[in-house]
Amino acid sequence: MNNKIVLIAAMVAASFAQVGCNKDKINPNEKGSLGLHFDNRAGNMDLTLNNAQGYNTPLNQQITISTFDYYISNIQLTNKDGGVVTLPQTYHLVKESDTESQEFTLNDIPEGDYQSITFLVGVDSARSTMPIADRTGVLDPAGAGAGMYWSWNSGYIFVKLEGTSPQAPLDSATNTRPLYYHVGGFGGYSSTTINNLRTITLPFGSNGDVEVRKDGEVSKLHINVDALKVISGTTNVDFSTNPVAHFGTFSGNLANNYTQMFVLDHIH
Amino acid sequence: MYKISIFSIIVSILELVACGKDKPKPVEWTGFERPAHFPNPVYDFSSNVVTEAGFALGKKLFYDGKLSRDGSISCGSCHIQYSAFTHHGHAVSHGIDEQLGSRNAPPIQNTAWQANFFWDGGVQHLDMLSIAPIENPVEMDETVANVLQKLRADSEYPALFEKAFGTTEINTARTMQALSQFMNMLVSANTRYDKFVQGDNSALNAQEQAGLAAFRIKCESCHREPLFIDNEFHYNGLFRTNDLGHFGITLNPLDSFTFKTPSLRNLDKTAPYMHDGRFTNLDMVLDHYQSGIYPHANLDSRLTNGFSISNQEKADIKAFLLTLTDEEFIRNPLFSE
Repeated sequence: MNNKIVLIAAMVAASFAQVGCNKDKINPNEKGSLGLHFDNRAGNMDLTLNNAQGYNTPLNQQITISTFDYYISNIQLTNKDGGVVTLPQTYHLVKESDTESQEFTLNDIPEGDYQSITFLVGVDSARSTMPIADRTGVLDPAGAGAGMYWSWNSGYIFVKLEGTSPQAPLDSATNTRPLYYHVGGFGGYSSTTINNLRTITLPFGSNGDVEVRKDGEVSKLHINVDALKVISGTTNVDFSTNPVAHFGTFSGNLANNYTQMFVLDHIH
Repeated sequence: MYKISIFSIIVSILELVACGKDKPKPVEWTGFERPAHFPNPVYDFSSNVVTEAGFALGKKLFYDGKLSRDGSISCGSCHIQYSAFTHHGHAVSHGIDEQLGSRNAPPIQNTAWQANFFWDGGVQHLDMLSIAPIENPVEMDETVANVLQKLRADSEYPALFEKAFGTTEINTARTMQALSQFMNMLVSANTRYDKFVQGDNSALNAQEQAGLAAFRIKCESCHREPLFIDNEFHYNGLFRTNDLGHFGITLNPLDSFTFKTPSLRNLDKTAPYMHDGRFTNLDMVLDHYQSGIYPHANLDSRLTNGFSISNQEKADIKAFLLTLTDEEFIRNPLFSE
């Protein structure tokens, strides 16, 4: 009887200890997960594609957005000791038209208490030049990556914002006033050219550290992404004079703009 | 009679053609072979081994209108074998709906030695090349994704993909690599010039040999033997239009008006000349280098002060250039539709 009680007490104690271990002790050989949610916005409103009234810009022009797609890659986490953990290479194409693309889970993250996340907007030069057989999933220019690849000047479009504006010049062929903002440019194959790869770091700040544990609860970062920041900020784009951005020096202004596009809203 | 064997398959076919009385010999597949006097290819064949089935699939794709939006245009529409796979007689190509492109269709030959593609060098790997004409609105105006759907729904293609790649899966990489296999087999290395540099002194006559000697002084530094390319970009002093060439790819002002050095192989079959096909014959090209060069900061330094070609050199060089026609290449039934 006594033995049994001792045994049970020991087991209970052991299981508490186990829980305690899981919570506090970090074993970097164990891997956990982290969720990301990219919530596309237009200013302080949820982004709605093709809304008739459009959204106001700082230049008091209106834009109706029909497409808002961008690549996220090269994700890193920084723990509270300053150590940087580079996650396994994954490439994500976030599309406003595809709700599923806006949320994904990062796996194989070493256990740790993390304080910030860093990622690349776009596709790095190594992946932009890799053999065609390796270009699968969202990097397949005829698959999930369709529409995000420049075939005439090999490379991916990092951020694509399209729509219409009453202030944009009339395209007589279609009788519309279109806007096309395609930002890409990874630095060039053999000769140097524009590099519109931008790295974003979002500190978790007052949200506190994110604990990643093997069997722990999976936290989710909720990141607001303001589409209007592509065409406003350091450079406020005038739709009447710059209705289009393709591969060219002007696109660098948009890349600089959208470094301010990502805001960590909350973590749960 | 065809002692210099580049592809035994070509030879056997040519022997068949040349000596019709002989019994048909079985066609032996040799795959890609580097001609003995050519350098090592740029293309990494270990990533895409040329096989008979892959080549056959690539050839079918090359000549298939399914690659265009309405089925009207195939790769072979603007890259015609008898014109060394150019659109002979067209300054710029006619694509879908009779729309005009902006540049002269380049020959498809010796692709395995090219480090970049298109006149402006916008594509750096052969496997990525075919996406551009398929998706160009004035060429085939289709999406590769849609091409793949059409191929998957086709009664023949799944089996051909299985023969070439082991399973019936039809994807971007397999489709593009099959096209690369076909293009990489388009090796032109059997001209009279080739016979000459391989030791047959009788292959070029005295004037052609004088032309080669002049060529080596005046032209060789860009049109490097034996491929007559340098994989680089130069402004050669043409009257300038709004086509900025390689600048569009690099955005470097020093690249404005520069275009890729074209090969001179099969030159006689590939008129008109220059990136926009502005010169309809070889004399106009040679006249340009003799007296038509427009100065500009980006003009290639080899064409500035002191560059000259005499009338005699012009005639000799022209005679030499006409020895660069590869009749075996442009008639090889292996490459025909």
